[in-house]
Amino acid sequence: MTEKKIRVLVAKPGLDGHDRGAKVVARALRDAGMEVIYTGLRQTPEMIAEAALQEDVDVVGLSILSGAHMALAPRILELLKKNGQDQVKVFIGGIIPDEDMPRLKEMGITGIYGPGASTEDIIKEVREAVEP
Amino acid sequence: MSLTESVLEGNRLALARLLTQVENDLPEGRLALAELFPHTGQAHLIGITGAPGTGKSSLVNQLALHYRKSADKKVAIVAVDPSSPFTGGAVLGDRVRMRDLSGDSGIFIRSMATRGSLGGIAQKTAALVQIFDAAGYEIVIIETVGAGQSEVDVARLAHTTVVVEAPGLGDEIQAIKAGILEIADVLVVNKADRPGVENTERALRSTLELAHPTKRVFRHHGKTMAISTPTIDSTIWIPPINKTVATEGKGIAEVVESIAKHAAHLRQSGDWAARDRARLGSEMEALLREALMERFLESVQSVKYEEMIEQVVNRNISPHEAVKSLLNGKQV
Repeated sequence: MTEKKIRVLVAKPGLDGHDRGAKVVARALRDAGMEVIYTGLRQTPEMIAEAALQEDVDVVGLSILSGAHMALAPRILELLKKNGQDQVKVFIGGIIPDEDMPRLKEMGITGIYGPGASTEDIIKEVREAVEP
Repeated sequence: MSLTESVLEGNRLALARLLTQVENDLPEGRLALAELFPHTGQAHLIGITGAPGTGKSSLVNQLALHYRKSADKKVAIVAVDPSSPFTGGAVLGDRVRMRDLSGDSGIFIRSMATRGSLGGIAQKTAALVQIFDAAGYEIVIIETVGAGQSEVDVARLAHTTVVVEAPGLGDEIQAIKAGILEIADVLVVNKADRPGVENTERALRSTLELAHPTKRVFRHHGKTMAISTPTIDSTIWIPPINKTVATEGKGIAEVVESIAKHAAHLRQSGDWAARDRARLGSEMEALLREALMERFLESVQSVKYEEMIEQVVNRNISPHEAVKSLLNGKQV
């Protein structure tokens, strides 16, 4: 009866309206047996952190195509930490220039995926991050 | 400080963690539930159900806003969506329609997957509702999965069940079938700006007129549980029909008023206590069933169990005979 499900918040911060990638990833994680809380478009970092708290998720997946990742990612990490959710792993999918990747990882982003990333890799790395 | 104490003090992270522990049926979750149970029984539990796409989440969004603004009540929302029967995974998307509710510490939204339950809510929904109740949320709204015709478990859990309809869903014969309409305490025709709303409303109204309104009685182990005191005719509640356009907030005040009237009616007629009793009774029954099953499976050798399945598959014995043989001589 007891079962631990991996809970993932898939959120789309920022102002662009392209959510196909987020939906594809949400669907793939669902098919991998995870519970995916989908929050929809145009979420502020505050909204994302609040949802992550209420849903007690293990993972937050951010879809960012607007180029604002260097502003949004640290803000979200900071809010998660402030709420006591330091253990939550944060992943980013979208258009992230190569030169930004090391800095994002340094900040504490667990995984970054660009166009053409395979959902198998995402699933595998999410699992590994949550179940050490 | 224990998790329970933190929850009672209003710590939201503690609350979120406890909800997870209870949903996963962990021992510490059970313990906390026991500690919190004396604090329950204060909240008004409101169930929202209806077919997929009728606008349940949008209505919940507006109801919660209304309770916050007009009554300053703390509102918890348990939003249930289905788990995949194949992978056990789920996409829980009710929050998409509830973005107006963020940034308000008087609101707590929790999404839940059904995890195999078929009645429109999850097995642990009742337990999560109890935690919110104990944590001081005065209004707890339970949004079911997009329910078809027989997902009626929410009526056992909630004090007031709101059934949401929308124009253009099925012909009028749908309205006189048994099931979901029967559990309605309040009927809402959402998307009332769409063509066909008069037809939907008329169909619902004629259904209500056709039905001889009877006092609701729950059956529990074949025993009726909700008729402790004989009641007079004025206690019969006829579900009001409210029209709304949830995305624009139209008609919401009327729905809130209908829900309040229903609560007053329940308290006046004694049905509030009767429903409480029926709810806790059926919860105990479900737990007992689960515990007995667990105990039985512990007592029987899995080899024997598998062997019985094999026998049934080979058509040597019927499922009934297999059960009889398994239970034979077993003190469960």
